[in-house]
Amino acid sequence: MAGQSDSTMSLFSSEEIEFMAEDEMTEIVPNLRMDSLNFICGDYGPFLPQLAAQVPLWLALALKKRGKCTIRLPQWMSVENLTRVLEAERDSHAFQPLPFHYIEISRLLFDHAREDIPDMYMVRSLIEDIRDVRFHKVETNLEKVYCIYGDGTFHPEYRQWAMLLAKTPLSTCWTYQMFGKTMSAMEVNVIRAFAGRALQAFYKHDNEQQTPDTDRALDKQPQIPTDRPKRNLKPR
Amino acid sequence: MATEESASVMDDYEMLISTTDVELLKRAWRNEKAAPEILQFESSLVQRIKEQIELAEQNEEIFEANNIEPLTVSLYQMDLDRTQFLLRSYLRVRLQKIEKYLFYVLKTDEYLNRLSKQEQMFARRCTDDLGSHLDETVLAKLPDNYRSILKQSITSEEDDMVPAPRLDTFVICKANQYLSGLDFEPDYSMEITEMERDLLTFVCYKFVKKPLENGKIDLV
Repeated sequence: MAGQSDSTMSLFSSEEIEFMAEDEMTEIVPNLRMDSLNFICGDYGPFLPQLAAQVPLWLALALKKRGKCTIRLPQWMSVENLTRVLEAERDSHAFQPLPFHYIEISRLLFDHAREDIPDMYMVRSLIEDIRDVRFHKVETNLEKVYCIYGDGTFHPEYRQWAMLLAKTPLSTCWTYQMFGKTMSAMEVNVIRAFAGRALQAFYKHDNEQQTPDTDRALDKQPQIPTDRPKRNLKPR
Repeated sequence: MATEESASVMDDYEMLISTTDVELLKRAWRNEKAAPEILQFESSLVQRIKEQIELAEQNEEIFEANNIEPLTVSLYQMDLDRTQFLLRSYLRVRLQKIEKYLFYVLKTDEYLNRLSKQEQMFARRCTDDLGSHLDETVLAKLPDNYRSILKQSITSEEDDMVPAPRLDTFVICKANQYLSGLDFEPDYSMEITEMERDLLTFVCYKFVKKPLENGKIDLV
């Protein structure tokens, strides 16, 4: 069964996702003079007081912690934009465009640059609300996958997140574009293990029904010849 | 006036010339973590990154000797730390995979050739150690027919005790350009016909193996 694959190995920990988010570019206003920094990951600066500069988030936070700059709040984190996004998020099934790392970026800014965020509490609660609405959507989408495969019926309203499901037989629809372009890193990561293994199991059962023998060869799974009684040894 | 298409070509070009080795390593690391099987070792990339790390370490000594501001030094240190983390994590994920699919990797030339020299050495040493350990603790005490590491019993026709990577694992990927049917393996032309650029897609790993190897998609 699907239980053989080890899902933990391919998962990203939240620290690793935060690490990736720290490479996103951020605008800072330094209050010191500093020469160009020629890093392995790229060249930044030179830095002059009061002159805005683009740097990766980790560098922005390092300077911020030492009191050497202020961080400019990204455009998408303004109260107006977030209010608009939250409304749209509630009104439609689709995910609204937000940065891939919106959860991690906002979290890092809340933790380390709170005085640079006007209306901090407003921004924070808006982002929490958006996050909740979106995770709820993710959950209902997963339930729909189950519904479709559970009883084999298809409802038109599911079309937008799983456009290929309209076709039958099931074996023609093994790609799932359920996230569009705007699902974020944390959201993807949360559903990866569960949904991935569920789909894998559906795929396997579906293929076994239709073409039991050819698929086994493709699967490269060690198989015990069927004329002997099958012993179910626990996979290592 | 630039059309949208030429703008996107420009984007690609700018991305290509501005892509740093760290960015490439990050991509290799993500793909390696997300893929169920072991991928080709990025030998020249790893070599370049190692050289850059060495250079950065030498620079650090120079900074100390020249009394450069501690702030600047600490920022360079952070950059170095991040790069080293990425490299270590990349190598470590590969070692984990090698350990997990040890016997399978060693008996499959395609996989063995994807490993670096050091990784191949690691795999061989690991097999020897694991083999003799299993022999001493368990196998030697079993009846003759059940002493193989690779087979359940002497009557098995194939090596049925060797775990293989599951290529039907579902992965999440994103194409970095529009992909048509030609970009995929002909075997799976029924399952997958095209992929839109930048669209996050849940897909069976074996369908997208070819475009992944050609660098046309990234695993997320």
